[in-house]
Amino acid sequence: MMVRPKVRIQREPFDAAAEARALTAGRTDIGAVVTFTGICRGSDDGRAVAALTLEHYPGMAEAEIERHVAEAEARWALLGVTVVHRHGRLVPGDDIVLVVTASSHRGDAFAAAEFLMDWLKTKAPFWKKEEAGEGAGWVEAKADDDAAAARWAPPGDPAAGGA
Amino acid sequence: MKVLYFAWVRERVGKAEEMVEPPAGVVTVADLMDWLAGRDEAYAHAFENRRSIRAAVDQAHVRPDTAIAGAREIAFFPPMTGG
Repeated sequence: MMVRPKVRIQREPFDAAAEARALTAGRTDIGAVVTFTGICRGSDDGRAVAALTLEHYPGMAEAEIERHVAEAEARWALLGVTVVHRHGRLVPGDDIVLVVTASSHRGDAFAAAEFLMDWLKTKAPFWKKEEAGEGAGWVEAKADDDAAAARWAPPGDPAAGGA
Repeated sequence: MKVLYFAWVRERVGKAEEMVEPPAGVVTVADLMDWLAGRDEAYAHAFENRRSIRAAVDQAHVRPDTAIAGAREIAFFPPMTGG
């Protein structure tokens, strides 16, 4: 039984272990839970990073993530999904994003978690501004991230083989 | 319609959102960018490199050739860098 996915955008920290426990509590059909946490690094391409400020588009951020969760549910046999993305100012070591996927077997949980992260990086409306020694600047989108998302074929694309 | 700006597009325009009433000839998202870019130097700077600007109509990603008729909310922003 797939439970209603949880998608939250928040300034506050999250507890990855508690979110994973909440997905499996009282269930005996789940055989695999994958938990991915993205963390603010203290350096980027060799430059020291003092902090990141994440701006987002309220409303669309939730809607866009929910669209990708629905796509993941159509492509893999998922029993639960939780996505939490933080915004505001974060310092190295702070958690940024959490994806938890639950399934009967590990394959679907692993694949769906990776799919969700790849799409989140390129399609969810969030922008990082980096504070380094000499000032602050907007982080540029990376071609690697586009390539990672493209592996899955666009959501809604018939080639995706979903639904 | 309401227009929203995010990240460096917001900084260059100098505001996060505004209400606009484009003239009849403004049919697509690309037309709207042209029209906004012609307003003043700040808008021209924000929209100088169209290829690095993404758009959303009513909170869904769209291509520049998308028609804006009936749209309530149009947003312009750089490529996303979340996650």
